[in-house]
Amino acid sequence: MTATGSKNESPAKAKRPLPWPIRFYQSDVGKKYVMAITGVVGLGFIVFHMLGNLHAFEGSDQLNHYAEGLREIGEPIAPKTFLLWIGRLGLLAALAGHLHAAWALSRSNQKARGAVGYEDRNYLAANYASRTMRWTGIIILLFIVWHLADLTWGVGAINPDYVRGEVYANLIASLERWPVFLIYLTAQGALALHIWHGAWSLFQSVGINNARFNHWRRNFATALAGIVAIGYLTVPFGILFGIIH
Amino acid sequence: MDLKLRVWRQGGAAGPGGFKEYDAKGISEEASFLEMLDIVNEELTMAGEEPIAFDHDCREGICGTCGLMINGQPHGPQQGTATCQLHMRKFNNGDTIVIEPWRALAFPVIKDLVVDRSAFDRIVEAGGYISVDTGSAPDANLTPVPKEAVDAAFDAAACIGCGACVAACPNSAAQLFTAAKIGHLNLLPQGQPERLTRTAAMVDTMEEYFGSCTNHGECESACPQGISLDYIAQMNRDYLKAQLADLRRSGQK
Amino acid sequence: MTITLDSKVPAGDIAEKWDNHRFSIRLVNPANKRKYKVIVVGTGLAGASAAATLAELGYEVEAFTFHDTARRAHSIAAQGGINAAKNYPNDGDSIHRLFYDTVKGGDYRSREANVYRLAQVSNEIIDQATAQGVPFARDYGGLLDNRSFGGAQVSRTFYARGQTGQQLLLGAYQALARQVGLGTVKLHTRSEMLEVVMKDGRAAGIVTRDLTTGEVASHSAHAVVLATGGYSNVYYLSTNAMTCNVTAAWRAHRKGALFANPCYTQIHPTCIPASDEFQSKLTLMSESLRNDGRIWVSKTADDTRPATQIPEDERDYYLERIYPSFGNLAPRDVSSRAAMRMIEQEKGVGPLKNGVYLDFADSISRLGKDTIQERYGNLFEMYQRITDENPYQVPMRIYPAPHYTMGGLWVDYNLMTNIPGLYSIGEANFSDHGANRLGASALMQGLADGYFVLPYTIGDYLADFLNTTPVPTTDPVFVEAEQAVSDHTRKLLDTKGSRSVEWFHRELGKIMLEHCGMARSRPGLEKALSEIPALREEYDKDVRVLGEADDLNQALENAGRVSDFFELAELMCQDALDREESAGGHFRVEYQTEEGEAKRDDVNFSHVSAWEYQRGGPATKHAEPLEFEYVKLAQRSYK
Repeated sequence: MTATGSKNESPAKAKRPLPWPIRFYQSDVGKKYVMAITGVVGLGFIVFHMLGNLHAFEGSDQLNHYAEGLREIGEPIAPKTFLLWIGRLGLLAALAGHLHAAWALSRSNQKARGAVGYEDRNYLAANYASRTMRWTGIIILLFIVWHLADLTWGVGAINPDYVRGEVYANLIASLERWPVFLIYLTAQGALALHIWHGAWSLFQSVGINNARFNHWRRNFATALAGIVAIGYLTVPFGILFGIIH
Repeated sequence: MDLKLRVWRQGGAAGPGGFKEYDAKGISEEASFLEMLDIVNEELTMAGEEPIAFDHDCREGICGTCGLMINGQPHGPQQGTATCQLHMRKFNNGDTIVIEPWRALAFPVIKDLVVDRSAFDRIVEAGGYISVDTGSAPDANLTPVPKEAVDAAFDAAACIGCGACVAACPNSAAQLFTAAKIGHLNLLPQGQPERLTRTAAMVDTMEEYFGSCTNHGECESACPQGISLDYIAQMNRDYLKAQLADLRRSGQK
Repeated sequence: MTITLDSKVPAGDIAEKWDNHRFSIRLVNPANKRKYKVIVVGTGLAGASAAATLAELGYEVEAFTFHDTARRAHSIAAQGGINAAKNYPNDGDSIHRLFYDTVKGGDYRSREANVYRLAQVSNEIIDQATAQGVPFARDYGGLLDNRSFGGAQVSRTFYARGQTGQQLLLGAYQALARQVGLGTVKLHTRSEMLEVVMKDGRAAGIVTRDLTTGEVASHSAHAVVLATGGYSNVYYLSTNAMTCNVTAAWRAHRKGALFANPCYTQIHPTCIPASDEFQSKLTLMSESLRNDGRIWVSKTADDTRPATQIPEDERDYYLERIYPSFGNLAPRDVSSRAAMRMIEQEKGVGPLKNGVYLDFADSISRLGKDTIQERYGNLFEMYQRITDENPYQVPMRIYPAPHYTMGGLWVDYNLMTNIPGLYSIGEANFSDHGANRLGASALMQGLADGYFVLPYTIGDYLADFLNTTPVPTTDPVFVEAEQAVSDHTRKLLDTKGSRSVEWFHRELGKIMLEHCGMARSRPGLEKALSEIPALREEYDKDVRVLGEADDLNQALENAGRVSDFFELAELMCQDALDREESAGGHFRVEYQTEEGEAKRDDVNFSHVSAWEYQRGGPATKHAEPLEFEYVKLAQRSYK
């Protein structure tokens, strides 16, 4: 029988020997590793950022001081903001990797599905979170862009009251607006869903699999998604209820 | 019981397809799903309409030939059961049952509900075996294998190659099938010499035809043998090892 | 054609025959093997193992299966296990004992030398399968586990849960897939063999129909191997898969290959009884269940009480009563007939009164539910899926069903039919089981033939044809055969009658089950021999096959197979009528002991009946006498 349904036009095309990371990344399994590892980087950042946010409850000085402290990590051995930039570039690379792998995998999956779908489909195991990873991912991406424009770059059109360095004031000024509050809520919802599936899924993707601990993977993801969502939402709700002012 | 069937009919591989509705009347609850289709087919034949083509053979749930999408679930509503072992007592009088073929680019429809699953064979041909020529085997008890290991290998080896995992997967991925075959062989001492080359070759071939894994878990719940997602994790790990290892020094090439 | 049946059994002591033979037959030099092309039809245990092994040796192999992949053949459904004379449990087993048990189990109607060879290579099969990764059951020390099986008093059966056939077939399929991947085997899937082609009295190739396109094509080779399984589906309801058929073997028979002992069919005692008339097939429950299950019926006829309400002293554990030493492990034919007698005495159980109980209550209370679950879990689940009854709580209901056919194409010691260059292996040949096959011996025989016998013996034939090319497929013999296939297909489609193929098949099955099933009699067989041709005539005039010849047409495939079943059915009845004795699976009511056991006639029927096809007339019989030097003929007793 001839090979039917191959996704490649010429499956037998000769491959030059490439260095292993590239070769590995060319495979879907490799891309899933990249998804997982960049996801872990993202999760680390998310948790770190969330903990940082909590300084808001300590008041203006503490938060501003903490923010400034981030710029000064590594001083005086490294110049100011040097390590911060390294971290930012690292995060950016992780984000780029996550996005590219996600995009490439989606395309591969789309191709594999073929032209005709099911009229009737009744999912048993796939849940809302797993099936909406692409959409929650896009929401999070848009939020990141908006969030940076709002509180890091201080784009005037988005946050007219932005004053560089006044982290605490900027935060309150932004979040006091109802639409911003709603954007936060939406983004945190998307993030929680994304983490709930992603933090479970990444164990599968990198092959961390031990019957004794497997049932903890789901608990871990649930806990992480919950902690992150609650942790992040304390700040907007704190502002809403006037605890942070 | 009386039922209404909504069945995908397609003349040939190229031909357009569409749904047709049929009545299945007076079906016994003791009948199997495929016996119900047999009855419908016999009536169709008598009425001068060509019977519905569907793949089936052993009707014991072991050969893996049958496979229908029944009401949006591969092999129908009863979990851990191949289509041929599904019985009509799982349905209610008056139900409408939608019957579709497996859908995936790698599983083109041949006719009606029959699809071509030969891409699975390509995956096995790439490395789903232990290279041992007939006659060269040592005594079977030379290598003890821990009972737990052989049980785990068996759980994977139980795969019947029906394709429900692909049919169930929103990405049309064949990870569960491939991982089951790899898991079966990689868990046994006899499978170690080719462990990494096997994994790399089979995964690469799989990816020529099928999508990637998003860890939905649909495959596991559709699998008539209940094969675990854990084998996919194991496959992913072995694939990384295959990429990292110095195959020559680890005796693999 | 004048036929001399030469079994080619080598001389010498039985233990040395196979060794001597391997030494004396001609070999093909490794560099020359690639110059030979061999066709293997069927990719079950025998076919897949033979194709893979031949390719490993260097031959150019083309393999054919009508399935969509080589992993589907019905070998996959064998549950219980595979025998071997390893004697790992140290309970007194040996090659000689396996040989003896098999000859005795076959009711002294098999060829001693073949059976001995089977017992010899049985151990290598276990080694080979284990090396391939077949996950046989193991004990906690990591070594292979054995269990006992019907017809044996030693534990010699290797098993992989209740899916031994599946695991062994996957092993053979993987070996075949490896060769396909290496390019040494060309595998044709969804291709059905419909004709054997002969030239100058030798097998020259085959004609196939591509089941997806309808294309009729010829394939030529130096030798053709048929590994196409058994013919239990002649009964319509059997434990065989729906597409199992006799077509390949029968078309070879029509070309002159002798068909041996067609009346030797095995009825398996532990199947799930039919539940209604639309039943399409019967499901087998592994015989291994009899290790821990006790078979019984009520002592009173027409007892309508549920099983659990029948007190212990009103139960008849009839196998334990009649056969105290083998008890529930009496051989298949013996226990099947005992069940049949119980039903005849109106003691049948279940809604249709068509079963007997197989009760695990004692084992569960002795060993615990967990142990029973470990041993038979998947079988219990399967039973519950089909019947909706929980066998942990209520006894299973079982009844005998046609299962395996010991008869098949006549072959010599080399597994070659009387047509030079045409081989037959596995269940398709008349093989090593005599008149009855012991449990766990079918897997053993299929793999013995495919892995260890045919790949050696075929060289002896091929050696003569070095540097010859196979007959070209443009030769008139191929063109004519293709035409015959197309004509037959056309005829089936053009009949445009009023009844479906299934209807005819069901009717044929009823006749066969009634008159040529578990018990046969002269008047019954004569009746069948008048009914079958009449039904066949009707079939030729009135069958309705819709659709076209040039695409996937399952009714058409089936119609061709049923045509062949009709002819086979007649031959089976003819053979059953001719064999005026009872032996193993062939039970003539006229020939039984006072206790109702099979009574052989060793003076007149200690032979293989090999039938030659005659166009338009009854087949003619050739007898191959059976001689027993190493096993003493005795009335089989399992008491």
